[in-house]
Amino acid sequence: MVLPTNLKHIASASEHAEILKDHENVMVCCGRMGPMCLPVYDIMGELQDEYKHVEFRDMAFDNPEAGVIRNIPEAGSFMGLPFTIYYKNGKVVAATSSIQTKEQVKEILDREF
Amino acid sequence: MSENYYDSIIIGGGAAGLTAGIYLARGKASVLILDTATIGGQMVLTHQIANYPGVEEVSGYQLSMIMRKQAESFGCTIKSNIQIKNLSLVDEIKKVELPDNSVFRSKTIILASGGRSRMLNISGEKKFKGHGISYCATCDGDFFQDKEIIVVGGGNSALEEAVSLTKYASKVTILHEFDYFQAFEHAVEEARSNPKIDFIMKSHLTEFIGNEKLEGVKYKNLSTGEINAKNIDGVFIFIGYEANTEMFRDSELKLNKWNEVPTNDMMETSIKGVYAAGDLRQKRVRQVTTAVADGTIAAVSALGYIYGG
Repeated sequence: MVLPTNLKHIASASEHAEILKDHENVMVCCGRMGPMCLPVYDIMGELQDEYKHVEFRDMAFDNPEAGVIRNIPEAGSFMGLPFTIYYKNGKVVAATSSIQTKEQVKEILDREF
Repeated sequence: MSENYYDSIIIGGGAAGLTAGIYLARGKASVLILDTATIGGQMVLTHQIANYPGVEEVSGYQLSMIMRKQAESFGCTIKSNIQIKNLSLVDEIKKVELPDNSVFRSKTIILASGGRSRMLNISGEKKFKGHGISYCATCDGDFFQDKEIIVVGGGNSALEEAVSLTKYASKVTILHEFDYFQAFEHAVEEARSNPKIDFIMKSHLTEFIGNEKLEGVKYKNLSTGEINAKNIDGVFIFIGYEANTEMFRDSELKLNKWNEVPTNDMMETSIKGVYAAGDLRQKRVRQVTTAVADGTIAAVSALGYIYGG
């Protein structure tokens, strides 16, 4: 189960683990094809060329295996899609809930990666 | 002229801006469309559009992508998610400067920056966005299964979304500043007859309360001045739209008291060569169809100015 976006997708928990193991800087946006999520996918797509040292992925929120994102402690208080998680060396360094602007995303990318 | 010169620069890539781009480009004008956010504007924020003639049902995202593709196929250059540092509207050659100091020039400018959901701008609103405060029932409703929520507003969106949120929430309280609703009567009736919905009228929210997530609100009774507190799991805010005109407010462009752009029937603003189209205009009806109409008229006016002026 993957989202019909132009981003690279994560389809399973094992794929999620593998990406975190293989890449130092990873941003994953976990959502649906809804109005709060689409702008974030669009922003990620635009930033891919600028942040070549970051792996950008999406994951379908309703994929049962997306529990690897839905259930992390950092998302414990999240009540708005998408859940966007930033990982460095496999560890969560930032997480946001709901729609974000390009500036907000870049601010985290510049700060953490 | 330099590569950064266009016959027309369109500020805003929603329905109005993309339509203007399509008409201008089809009229052989060179066009740059700049958007400070995602292309599609408010359309993207609409799950299903069922009243756009000729299309039985389409998502706002799909419709915006089709419009974008059309605009690009006719030759429009589109840049999204950019910031605008300076705008110079008055001179014969208009200028748009970006934060990286690149400057784009044009003979005409079409302002189509649209509108956005109005925020309450009270304490805690930014902190709890996505942590109990939402502006999209379709997106976030299922996070509030068996929880108590407040819906703020009294228009069609507020009442219709309140009813739809009763699928999830155990109780929905509609909080509104007046003692009547602006929504259509059938929407009011549906909300009033729903046993899960109750009402707090003539009241304003004054504060959001919580730690990691929203736990409660304070609200003020506008008749008595009394401040009350209420424990709550979520708040959905539907209090209308405001024009995205901040970037023009220090310019010579005339705005009305709601910061909307007044135009005549040809979408001409107070400045020669500058047109406005879509939700930022002073008007009553804001639909995709009216934005498309505005964009068409603005483009035709601009073409006349480009080739005739």
